[in-house]
Amino acid sequence: MNTATKIITSRAPAKEIVKDASMLKQKEMMAAHYDRLTSAPDTGAKVAATFVPGNLNELIMCFDLVNNLPEVNAIQNGLRRVSGSYVLEAEKIGHSEDVCTYVKSDIGMMAKGNIAPNGKKFPDPDVLLLSYTGCFTFMKWFELLREQYKCETVMLHTPYMGDGKITKNMVDYMVKQLKDDVIPTLERVSGVKFDIDRLREYLKKSTKAEDDLVRVLQSAKTKPSPIDAYFGGIYYIGPIFGAFRGTEDAIDYYRFLREEIEDRLAKGQGPVTPDGDMGKERYRLVVEGPPNYTSFRQFWKMFYDEGAVVVASSYTKVGGVYDFGFRHDPDKPLETLAEYCLGVYTNRSLPMRIDMLVSYINDYEADGLLINSIKSCNSFSAGQLLMMREVEKRTGKPAAFVESDLVDPRYFSAANIKNRLESYFQMIDQKRASAAAAA
Amino acid sequence: MAAPLNSSATATVVARANALFEDLSFTSARQWKAAKPGRKVIGYMPIYVPREIIHAADMLPLGIVGGGDQLEVIHGDAYYQSYICRIPRSTIELGVSGRLDFVDGMLFPSICDVIRNLSGMWKLMFPNVYSRYFDVPQNYQDDTGGNFYINELTELRHDLGKLRGKPITDDEIRRSIAAYNENRKLVRDLYAFRAEQPWQAPAAEVYLVVRAGLVLPVEDHSAMIRDYLAAVQAEERPRRDNCRIVLTGTFCEQPPLNLIKSLELSGCYVVDDDLLLVTRWLIGDVSADGDPLQNLSLAFLHHSESTAAKYEPNQKEKGQHLVRAVKRSGAEGVIFAAPSFCDPALLERPMLQHVLKSAGIPYIAFKYAENSGQMQPIREQAGTFADSIKLWSAA
Repeated sequence: MNTATKIITSRAPAKEIVKDASMLKQKEMMAAHYDRLTSAPDTGAKVAATFVPGNLNELIMCFDLVNNLPEVNAIQNGLRRVSGSYVLEAEKIGHSEDVCTYVKSDIGMMAKGNIAPNGKKFPDPDVLLLSYTGCFTFMKWFELLREQYKCETVMLHTPYMGDGKITKNMVDYMVKQLKDDVIPTLERVSGVKFDIDRLREYLKKSTKAEDDLVRVLQSAKTKPSPIDAYFGGIYYIGPIFGAFRGTEDAIDYYRFLREEIEDRLAKGQGPVTPDGDMGKERYRLVVEGPPNYTSFRQFWKMFYDEGAVVVASSYTKVGGVYDFGFRHDPDKPLETLAEYCLGVYTNRSLPMRIDMLVSYINDYEADGLLINSIKSCNSFSAGQLLMMREVEKRTGKPAAFVESDLVDPRYFSAANIKNRLESYFQMIDQKRASAAAAA
Repeated sequence: MAAPLNSSATATVVARANALFEDLSFTSARQWKAAKPGRKVIGYMPIYVPREIIHAADMLPLGIVGGGDQLEVIHGDAYYQSYICRIPRSTIELGVSGRLDFVDGMLFPSICDVIRNLSGMWKLMFPNVYSRYFDVPQNYQDDTGGNFYINELTELRHDLGKLRGKPITDDEIRRSIAAYNENRKLVRDLYAFRAEQPWQAPAAEVYLVVRAGLVLPVEDHSAMIRDYLAAVQAEERPRRDNCRIVLTGTFCEQPPLNLIKSLELSGCYVVDDDLLLVTRWLIGDVSADGDPLQNLSLAFLHHSESTAAKYEPNQKEKGQHLVRAVKRSGAEGVIFAAPSFCDPALLERPMLQHVLKSAGIPYIAFKYAENSGQMQPIREQAGTFADSIKLWSAA
């Protein structure tokens, strides 16, 4: 199955961007979702705004609510290169230059008409489901949105795994919030009575998609890796982290994706990049931290031009960590939602995050760790330099550190990042040469 | 009628508080620990930990609020990226430089992602020190957030009992609650006195006296506040033609002492603030009868300060604490001072400003770092603010 397709973007007519068939399929899914969202005022559908980490999509669907994820909107605006103007707009109306640019992109977008990627206006949410995990900023973000939308807001507070474990106290606390606050609020807003069996059915579907996602991610253990688990991985996580977990669409997408990757695996092919098939795999990296979205392709190109493929990344675990065995469990529907929220990457303590990265480097036979430290994301970034040292110490593999931002183009310095990456690749070469000489 | 004896009494208390403030080796806490075998010291960071439980274990709660403007950060910068507040850098510096080598445990409260991640860093960097991320509920219902919090308190109580080698009893916690009730009342009295006569209790002095409570045993600190109040009440100090402001946003990384002095020098009496919130986080007395953990939980849920680190479930209530603080203290305006890169304070600020605007309360805003050196821009801004308040008041 050779499914790579060349498309021509309207933004860069002279440049052909190559996309996998799975990417095109996902694009259709996203477009359909945005249409469903923006047509809500006509169809009468109710809208729940919520977040990616701690996304309770299965529960939301039990109330026939349409899910709107402000981080995903910010990412779309970053990729479409309009987030910079939104960030500036938010700063103009009083938001600090120091804070999260996802928040400012969202606030700025609202100030400029709240236009979705399909060119239509986003509907105001009927409910803000403040289910968040692993990031303090989310809490303030929805307080800011509540001030604007003046709609009902309900919180699900996820405790932090500071001691590296999920305790009964944490799960009980979350289940109680779900039973006493979240579910009654969603019932009231939607007018739909909660049916736990309906939730179980969605959770069963989630599990199927999660199985296939893990098989896709773990295909990168093969040499050469058929996927890029960071830049490509961001496409792969889109449906399951967004509005599709628990749906037939997600099952179909991840089965299709797995088959596509298995085909590449069978043919010994590397990842598809925007410029076509990647050349020879020269470096295998693990990446920690989110990408920069305003220069996403430029950033990616710096890797694949050098034959560097990302074989595992932490960012693709920010909406759920599935590759260490967790699956949504329909037999304990509310507890499983709690455990899912508790286990997402940024809700894990720094020692746990280090353990994960070390395990990735060993299991995926990576050459080292690259950290992209995000200026306005302390949840990820605070402590990353210590993580880098620890990972180096425990694996003996070199690490490197670059800085950029999520959706603020002012903080992407291409020359600096390229220089750092080139030096890093030289470091890996030297390390290999030394190892070969010693052998 | 300013008697030299009273001036001297004030100066003595303030000098002692200042010496404690400047001592980055925490000598008094070291001496407290050395005075009796087996004593232990538990450090904690802003905003709030239940110090009663530490005290009940016969341990000294030691507030760590960064290194201030006198600490040169040499190692701490190597642990952090470019864009981050300064308190984690200087706290790491305190740790790496051995200034906290006598501390047996560290608590990192739920305030923001930076302090949260610092809890994991501490575990890695100081593996022999007990360290705990101290989580608190954002749900304020007794049988939901309350139960969660009681269980968290129970774990802390168990851990500290284990560290001591003897479980902490209910009676010990009740006695500690009583000691902290007295201390909180004295801090409230001090704040009320300053709100009434800010020229008698300058903000920098009040800050130093309250801050001494971070390093002193609670009983000593209560005595210090009593001494200070007695001394300043017996003294007559010059009254300036200043306006009255509430200072907000300063609940974690502390502003330099010079910044607090500069505000008053430029024409703004600080009549309320959110500095060192741990000393008055719980509003009113905590019941010293019955189940002590439940009492601490109820106080946290229903009688604790509002701040950016907490979720406000009721939109109508959002920011009203600040309006009430302005009315209670007779303030004429609000100064938003936030540490650079402080997510909670800076994300919260626009919402609070909207509330103040609706209430017709003037405000200004600036940022600082704990080691900010240049006060001239802040003096100019605060001075202009004071002038404008006087002009508006006259109008």
